Amino acid sequence: MKKTSSHTRTVPNPSRRRFLQGLAAGGVLMGLSPWVKPGWAGQVVTTATGKAPILSGTEFDLVVAETMVNYTGSPRMATTINGSIPSPVLRWSEGDTVTIRVTNRLNTSTSIHWHGIILPYQMDGVPGISFAGIPPGETFTYRFTVEQAGTYWYHSHSGFQEQTGMYGTIIVEPRGGEHIRADRDYVVQLSDWTDEDPMKVFEKLKKQSAYYNFNAPTAMDFFRDASERGLGKAISRRRMWNRMRMSPTDLADISAHTYTYLMNGTTPAGNWTGLFNPGERVRLRFISSGTQSFFDVRIPGLKMTVVHVDGQDIEPVTVDEFRCGPGETYDVLVTPQDDAYTIFAQSMDRTGYARGTLSTHAGITAPVPELDEPEWLTMTDMMGAMAQGGAMAGMSGMKHRDHGMSGGMNKNTTPVRHAKTEYGPSVDMRVDMPRTNLDDPGIGLRNNGRRVLTYADIKTPGEPVDPRDPGRDIELHLTGNMERYTWSFDGLEFGKSTPIHFRYGERLRVILHNDTMMTHPMHLHGMWSDMEDANGEFLARRHTISVQPAQRISFRVTADALGRWAWHCHLLYHMDAGMFREVIVS
Amino acid sequence: MHKRLTLGCMLLLGGSVFPAWADSGGAGQGGTINSISMEDMDHSSMPGMNHDNKQNTSEKPEVMQGRAQGGSAPANARDPHAYSGGYSIESGKYALPGPRILKLADEYNFASLLVDRLETVRASDNSSITYGLQAWYGRDYDRLVLKAEGNVDNGKVDEASTEVLWSHAVATYWDGQLGLRYDSGEDSGRTWLAFGLQGLAPYWFELDITGYVSEEGHTALALETEYEILLTQKLILTPRIEMNFYGKDDAGRGIGSGLSELSTGLRLRYEIRREFAPYIGVEWAGTHGGTADYARVAGLNVRETRMVAGLRFWF
Repeated sequence: MKKTSSHTRTVPNPSRRRFLQGLAAGGVLMGLSPWVKPGWAGQVVTTATGKAPILSGTEFDLVVAETMVNYTGSPRMATTINGSIPSPVLRWSEGDTVTIRVTNRLNTSTSIHWHGIILPYQMDGVPGISFAGIPPGETFTYRFTVEQAGTYWYHSHSGFQEQTGMYGTIIVEPRGGEHIRADRDYVVQLSDWTDEDPMKVFEKLKKQSAYYNFNAPTAMDFFRDASERGLGKAISRRRMWNRMRMSPTDLADISAHTYTYLMNGTTPAGNWTGLFNPGERVRLRFISSGTQSFFDVRIPGLKMTVVHVDGQDIEPVTVDEFRCGPGETYDVLVTPQDDAYTIFAQSMDRTGYARGTLSTHAGITAPVPELDEPEWLTMTDMMGAMAQGGAMAGMSGMKHRDHGMSGGMNKNTTPVRHAKTEYGPSVDMRVDMPRTNLDDPGIGLRNNGRRVLTYADIKTPGEPVDPRDPGRDIELHLTGNMERYTWSFDGLEFGKSTPIHFRYGERLRVILHNDTMMTHPMHLHGMWSDMEDANGEFLARRHTISVQPAQRISFRVTADALGRWAWHCHLLYHMDAGMFREVIVS
Repeated sequence: MHKRLTLGCMLLLGGSVFPAWADSGGAGQGGTINSISMEDMDHSSMPGMNHDNKQNTSEKPEVMQGRAQGGSAPANARDPHAYSGGYSIESGKYALPGPRILKLADEYNFASLLVDRLETVRASDNSSITYGLQAWYGRDYDRLVLKAEGNVDNGKVDEASTEVLWSHAVATYWDGQLGLRYDSGEDSGRTWLAFGLQGLAPYWFELDITGYVSEEGHTALALETEYEILLTQKLILTPRIEMNFYGKDDAGRGIGSGLSELSTGLRLRYEIRREFAPYIGVEWAGTHGGTADYARVAGLNVRETRMVAGLRFWF
């Protein structure tokens, strides 16, 4: 029986093991395969991996080029900035005007987007919206004043260049100096690497969307399930999925079947290591740069105090584990006492992990945990509040006082209004009773015995910078058709869409409603997303908000940035499929 | 193995209860939230989340009883362009000069070729080669589709049918198709107008149903359904049923009206890669009705068991 149960995972054979773990030394030249073609400059340069150079000041020169990298035993060409993966760490100071000259030595157009940085739209680096892109051989000069502080990142916004190596960290020091006290400060940038041409990966998904899912329910699972739970339960567990032609194990689209997960550009076998002296306070700046991967991060033996999210200080919260979606950043403080700890970042679909070590001396390691068992998506992920006990759970957010925002009906629990365009071939499901609670860590992290960070825990201290109540609501639905591998807003891919118009100066509420069974990290460029809870209370200032399946989330925006901006799912393959809108502030 | 097949058949029957295109509207229940919820909870206890929101009570019936898939938009469905303020992504304030350069995959043409069956067929008195393939070129919702199948015997094509169709997505899992079919082989060629529906029925049945009208006014209907049973992630058992019906007798070609041919196959493939899978299988084929009568007169077998071995590949 097709699409039936899970939990048979192929045990990696030795060669597969090496593939998953990667080579210990990235960048060893092993003879050039036909895949490796000299780039624009006519010579093959090896990528530096594992330790991003740190550049600081106000003037920066970045050069984008193809360089050779070897993560799996097969050399490949990467697109890199200044020849390293990750790209250099840029250290800026709040209030400075920075000038960044980006030279393109690829034979195709490139760009750099400064993720989370508030700047004039012409400097935002989205080809076709902010500017025309940087043609081969040319230099584009970015110049803007940095009016914020914290941990951010940057990446290419052209084609699949982010997948092939163009991502780096930005650290902006606050005007009065760093106020989060730490003895050590490490960037931990998480990403995914594939030896395949990302366009080929995308084409495969278009032709067979479950191509990379080797955790599909099988007939064997069904019979095991039937013998354990009884035939009736085994059938009813599958009936709805099968009727709807959806897979309960579609958690990531792209798995470790092709991905090698990296920590600071280093494979698990390469084991990126950060040193400390026992008792020191260590700040770890996690940047989630996976193009299609959510990471669940923990450091067995250490509590992590999350202090800073998406470049904003938050009220500290101590957890064992957190999930970071592509685009998000999480700064945590840890105080290690023992010799060594493993930083373990498993992919959401539990097919692989990025791994590194915190230790007192180089070469000491700690045990690496087993991957968790993958879980099936649940009724909650398909049906939202209805599955949580219908009215009871659906109304849990209602029993609190009504705060009367804009007449009391503008909370994200207002009636669901699907778009007209959600009833056609581009949409494979609609949720009529979404869940609005934020205290769910998400599939795979529920009730795992660990204290896992949830969105309900992320609170920016104080009131929102703009205290006005939103003047109106904009409701957008996140949609897709997994079978066709199409992704969209309101059932309309980018090419069929019209821009979203924000009136200059207005304060408005955006409601994102997820009509799919995947979690989408939604990134609005140019303006902050002031996230609300289900009651319309301000929670946190964010630049990327992951909306879980069948979930409805709202945030407020102050439309104070004139121009055209991108708004998209930060899963690169969803964005490139069309889950992308333009915003005009005028 | 027997048990699995039985279950497969149960599902097959269950699947046929629902119209295959249940999700494209009408009375089908291919996935309404209500039918789902009834299995798992008492949904009469759901007065709605918006009890404190009287202004919107009129919207409740639509939102509370909507279907999770398919259906048609209610009158009060949201206009997805309502927020545009009259702007377009092509032009207007702050738009870049010149033609739009930001184009994503929804405006990109893809191409695919799937050779579903390329196999040697051994029957009691004969062996031959059969092929069945489908290629497409185009975008997410509109494609040019080529379907071809045929039989090669002793190096000669003795039966071949090739269709060129425009395929347009009409529902979540369904494409409507319109085009031409050309039959060639031992008989003289024949051209048909072809129109059909191809897609995925509830419970993952792949279905291809096409009606044909020939130049001479003959009509035909072909129905093909396939189901994939994952024994493991790579070992896949595929039952397949193919049926042909004709509108009237065509003595010249030995075809009687009604059900003419029925074949049932079972193929077991191993995906060395997703794109490359050798298989073995068995197929039971037979002619029926008037067609069988013609076959008997011609001294041909009306029932045949064939062993097949072949390759399925795509790119």
